[in-house]
Formats: sequence, C-alpha cells, structure tokens
Amino acid sequence: MHKQVKISKGLDINLKGRPALKIAKIPRSNQYVVKPTEFYGINPRLSVKIGDHVDAGDPLFYHKYMDKIKFTSPVSGIVEDIVRGERRKILKIIIRADASDTFKSFKTDKPENLSKDQTLDLLLESGLFATIKQRPYDLIAHPDDQPKAIFISAYDSAPLGVDYTFALKNNMKAFENGLKALKKLTEGKVYLIINGETASNFDKLNEVEIIKAFGPHPVGNVSVSIEKFEPISKGDRIWTVNPADIAMIGSFFETGQYNPVRTIALAGSKVKEPMYYTVKAGADLTDFLKDKLVDDNVRIISGNVLTGANITQDKILNFYDNEITVIPLGKKSRFLGWMPFLAENRKSFYNFGFSKKLLDIDANMYGEERAFVMNEELESVMPLDIYPVHLLKAALVGDVEKMEQLGILEVAPEDFALLDYISSSKIDTQELIRKGLDIMQVEMG
Amino acid sequence: MKVLEKFFNKYEHLFLEGGKYEKYRPAYMAMYTFMFTPDETTKKGAHIRDAVDLKRVMFTVVLALIPATIFGMWNVGYQYFHQAGMAFSNMDAFVYGFWKVLPMIIVSYVVGLGIEFYFAVLRGHEVNEGYLVTGLLIPLIMPVTIPLWILAVSVAFAVVIGKEVFGGTGMNIVNPALTARAFAFFAYPTFMSGNEVWIPKPEHADAYSGETILGALGQGHHIAYTWKDMFFGTIPGSIGETSVLMILIGAALLLLTRVASWRIMVSGFLGAAIMAFIFNLWGANTLMQLPWWQHLLVGGLAFGVVFMATDPVTAAQTRKGKWIYGFLIGMFAILVRVFNPAYPEGVMLAILLMNVIAPTIDYYVVQANIKKRMKRLVKQTA
Repeated sequence: MHKQVKISKGLDINLKGRPALKIAKIPRSNQYVVKPTEFYGINPRLSVKIGDHVDAGDPLFYHKYMDKIKFTSPVSGIVEDIVRGERRKILKIIIRADASDTFKSFKTDKPENLSKDQTLDLLLESGLFATIKQRPYDLIAHPDDQPKAIFISAYDSAPLGVDYTFALKNNMKAFENGLKALKKLTEGKVYLIINGETASNFDKLNEVEIIKAFGPHPVGNVSVSIEKFEPISKGDRIWTVNPADIAMIGSFFETGQYNPVRTIALAGSKVKEPMYYTVKAGADLTDFLKDKLVDDNVRIISGNVLTGANITQDKILNFYDNEITVIPLGKKSRFLGWMPFLAENRKSFYNFGFSKKLLDIDANMYGEERAFVMNEELESVMPLDIYPVHLLKAALVGDVEKMEQLGILEVAPEDFALLDYISSSKIDTQELIRKGLDIMQVEMG
Repeated sequence: MKVLEKFFNKYEHLFLEGGKYEKYRPAYMAMYTFMFTPDETTKKGAHIRDAVDLKRVMFTVVLALIPATIFGMWNVGYQYFHQAGMAFSNMDAFVYGFWKVLPMIIVSYVVGLGIEFYFAVLRGHEVNEGYLVTGLLIPLIMPVTIPLWILAVSVAFAVVIGKEVFGGTGMNIVNPALTARAFAFFAYPTFMSGNEVWIPKPEHADAYSGETILGALGQGHHIAYTWKDMFFGTIPGSIGETSVLMILIGAALLLLTRVASWRIMVSGFLGAAIMAFIFNLWGANTLMQLPWWQHLLVGGLAFGVVFMATDPVTAAQTRKGKWIYGFLIGMFAILVRVFNPAYPEGVMLAILLMNVIAPTIDYYVVQANIKKRMKRLVKQTA
C-alpha cells in the first residue's frame, strides 16, 4: 500500500493552452545564458573572463562563501559577454555556442559503485549540485549537511503544470539512475510524490517511498508531504529535487558529461500549438518563439503562472524550469472593473464550476493593493497547518520569534502562490515569505 | 468611456509628482480607480490574479444591503400611513419612505467619504473602500426620525475615532457603523430609543403607538404582531433591521460570493437560539417568554449577525475563532436584551464587545497551533 496525502484546501485553476502530449526538438540556439541571480542566495565569483572558451561542464562561477558549489556552462562556446547591473552585480553570463558541443569529461561510474563522498564531489564538480534545494529557507542545499530525507515531486499540480510521466517517459532509465545517486546522499528516505488520480510509470520504482497525492493544487508541492511524513524541526534539513533534474543527474553518471537537456512544456493560451519540446537550460529562445505565438501582446513566463519568472524581455529558459507559459498581457484599464459579474476569473458563485471551466486569464492586477481585509479566502487555499495571515503579518514586521513559532521554517514561497492569486487586497505574499525566510536565515545562521 | 478616460488622462499630470496638486493624488486616484480599474499588470509574485478586489468585495456587500434598504424605505411609509390611519398604496409608502431615508444616506456618505478623503490626502495613502459599506450601514441601523445633524456627528465620530485613529480600513478594532450607532445611542438617547422615534409622527394621530416589539415586551406589554409580521418586517424598528426575509436574501448573496463567513452567521444564530431557549425554560418575564425562534426574528439580531458581525476586519480571523466569536455574539445579544430592558438593542453591544474580544480569541487559537509546533520541536530534539 502506497502512502497517501489528501487535502481539500487549495484551488485548481484550469487555464487554456494545455500542452499536447507530443515532443519536438528545439534547434540549437546561437547563445546560451546563465543568470547567477536565479540561484537565490548565491554570491557569484567568476571563474572565466570574456573571450575564454569553455566546454560544456566547465565552471563559470562559484559561490563565494562555499567554493565547492560550482555553476557550469550548459554548452561549449566562447564567453561573449558578462552583463553587470547595479553595484557590479553579475546579471548574465552570455556564451556564444559552438556549432556542436565538446564536453568536459568527468570520471563517473554507476552510482552503485560510488561512495557518498564521491557522488557528492561529482555533483559539485559538474554543477548539478545546484539542482538540490533545501528546506527550510528554500535555497540551494549545503553539501556538508546531513539531510533527514529527500523529497521529489513528480506531480506538478500548478496551472498548466508539466506532466512528468510524459516528459520523462523516454528517460526513465536515467531517472532511476539519478534516484540511485540521490539515495547515497541521505541516511533517511527518498520520497516521490505522484498524482494519485492517474496512472503513472513512477509507481513501480522500488528505490523510493511513493506518496500518492489527491486534491487540488498545491497538493503536488513538497511542503504538503513534508508536513505529513517528515515534519521539519529546528536544525533539520530536507532536500528537494525536481524529477527532470534527477534524470539529468542520472544521465550524467551514465555518460560522464554535463548535458542539461530538458523536456519542457510550451503552454498557455497565447501559444499557437502548445506541446512539449526538448531544449537545453539557458537557451535563448528569441528565434524559436518568433512564429510560435499568437501575437506579441503577451507575458512570457519561465515556469508556471503562479511561481515563474517574467522572461518577456530576454526569453531565456531558466535553469530550474521545465515549462514556458505564455499568457495575454492584459495591459488595459477596465471601465467600472470592480463591478461584480464583469470579469470571469473569480472563484465565486457566479462562476460555478470554476475549477472545471477553461479560463484565459491575463497578467492584469485586477485591482490595487490594500491592507489585509479578507482572511478567510487566504486560509481557504492554504492546506498546511499554518495561519497564513498571522505568519504574513509576522513576516511583514520581521518578527523572527513569531515567524518561527508560526511555522515559517515549514514553507517555501511557492506554497503562498495561490494566496497571491486569490487575495482581494492584492498583497504579494510570496515576496513577503521570501523576505521572511531571508531574515530567518541571517538570524539563525 | 474613451472620452471619460481621456479626461482623466488629460489632468493626470497635475496630480503626479511635481504636479500642481500632487498632494491631492489620493483623491484623484480614488476617483479614477472608481471609474476605471487601472491597466497595471503583475510585477512580482503570481502572474495571474483573481478578478476580485476590495472595491468589488465592498460593492457586493452594498448589493446585499439593497433589499433591506428598499424594504426599509417602504416600511417607513407603511408604518407612517398606518399610524395616521390614512389609505395608501405601496407606491405611496415607498415614496414617502424614500424621501425620508435618502437624505440620511446622502449625509452619511458625504460626511464619511469627506473625512476619508481628507485623511487619505493628509497621510498620502489611498482612499479605502470600506466606507462604501459603512456609509449605507449607518442609516440602516438608525431610527428614521433621527435629526440629520446627529447622524452627521455620529458618522464623523465613527470614521475618526472608530477607524482613522487606528490607521484606516483593515486596522480598526470595532465596527465603524456600530461605533456610530453606539455614539448616537449614548450621546443622544432621547433620539435613539423610546416609543416615538421609530415612526415619523403623524400630525393628527389619535392613538399613536410606535414602540418596537422588544420595547413593548421590556415594559411587560403584550404585542399584537404575529411571527409573520416579524419575519416579513412590517414592524417598527431601525430602517434596515425589520425584515428578516430581506436580510436573508442579502445573506444568501454574501454567502454565495463567500464575502461573509458562514461560520459566523451560523454560530451567531445558534448562540442566540440556545440562549433564548434557556430563557424560555426559565420564563421569568415577558421577554424570557417570547418563543426562542421569535427572538431570532425581532430586533436587530438578524441584521447584526448577517451584516455587522461578519465584518472581516473586526471579526475573529481564524476559523475556530469565528465559531466562538459568532456564538458568543448570539448569546450576549439575547442576554443583554433580556436582562437589561433599558438596552433593548443587545446586538449592538454584543457585537462591539466581541469586536474587542476577538483578537484575544484569535490569540488563543493561534497559540494552540504554536504550542503544537513547539511540542513537536521539543520531542524531536529530545
């Protein structure tokens, strides 16, 4: 009997533009970009300068305070530019790709034959360690920590979420290989969360504890399962990895090459033909997207509509993301827009069957920011045993003790994404939680 | 609409930073955003947002109040003509009441919104939408004969002392509309209670009796009204409170749109019913003898529980807390009503009291969550 997690609080937002179950290949881009800002909490120190030639897997930069954590080039090519922002903060490392890749070769072996330290060292050298995040704080893990358990969610319950059963169907061998490597890293269990409602090729794996998840989004978020099976206490570390990254880790140990190829979903109502594509992380998709969109009045998101990053300008697939979502921008004012019954994307009585109807929601704010007034709506999409408004208020004033008592160590910003969506006060709750976690991390060390 | 938007855009520069009327930007924005929801797109956090905002929430409550308002207007006329012993049509009654109530609504909005705008400009923050609801609630819980100046003073008191000193909508402790009523009740008691304030007094009435049911019962009198009168609302009372039917229609809208908490409504009526039932068993005076279910129909209980107790800002904020909060409001309302006939309006005092206690209820509910968490931390580290 598999483990189960069931929730009732939450919300499924069914958007138009679900990707069809077919895969094509995105042609190789001319340039690939690595954005150090994407690796939250990392202080980059460059290992290359403009004009250097790098192989795929060569380090580009490392973490100033933990130089073992390296970040490597997804392709072979020449470092064309390093874009800096305010106070010389490194924003982008742009690599002009060679016609075909030459790889740095790593001395890998079957995970079964490697020790924990060897596995860790290989992951750190190749840059794949960056795919492992930790709870609490939702940051890149610390390699010297002993994680209590590792959680993997193969159920993306977010709007237009990736179907990992489909996306990884050709990579199951690599995925299993990756799981074997991960198992070396913890003395605890490795959990895999899958959609309980549908058949899946994951539930036959015996390396891991399977958790079948039932209920609305955010049931696929690891926090929900962590709370139930391995609740986090002070000093505990739990690691989380995305299944697509595990497949990358698996194929790395097979081949000895760092080749971050992903199967991503191109989804959303503004995509002509939503479907899956294979592409390398960091790819500049400007050329590719040119004839794929309905029009130009769009918001392009790396990731899903709730937690993704706005890449309308640079159109670069972020390191962690397995999805590009394109929705209407919706930059227009609405006459008497506050009138009830006018706009459709409201979860309430004049929109019965909200979760079944296919919606086409744009990126408009639909109102202005106000003080917290309606609390019940926020609680209705928070399945964790947490009082969201109280926690958010503690985060707002930076009260460390209160935040800890109210459970901030158990959450990640993504768990609050639905609160962003539903809040009638238009408060950006994910950002408040991120700030709260940052304060906690500084205070607790 | 293009014309109107152009008009706004044309003068926007005056209110921008460096503009001539920069200080008055909150007032400009309040006007503009009332006409148009801005074209702003999401910058941080989730890329998509629900089409609800506070304006829509507040307007939904206003919509829910409309049935009770229209009926209240009609009832003012109905009671008047009835007392005067004149023949009248429904339209006559409504028109008469309309011209009595409309000035009250206008005074309430003008004074209240005036103060809101003043504070917004003074503090440089946006005008909050909370007053859209409060502005209609205040006239509805007043007797129709109240002099407009008392209404104006009460509104000013409620907005300044009840809300703005705490920082505006979302920060206030007690319900502003009830603050206005409590102020008027204690400052000008002769205009707020007694037998003659609920119905405009006809000039040549032989036997004028305009006392409310609770007032009559409090005096030990017997009442001539049936439960149907109480339910449909053809009885004297504050303008909006008399018709339970109209209040329930509003309640249905609030519950379907999930603007108000069903937990508070259910537990509020439950608390009142249980308390009244206990008093039925006791039966020491006429108020105690009123059947428990009729207690739910008379006075301001239904109106208070549906529209005032559910104010999300001043109610308990946690689900468990809401059950306790609503239940105690119902209990206290009946308790005050029965034990202190000088204050037949127990609901007002019960809600104000529970507004003050609500944060304490929440404190204990949240504390239970914290204790559970802390216990786990200790167990695991031990």
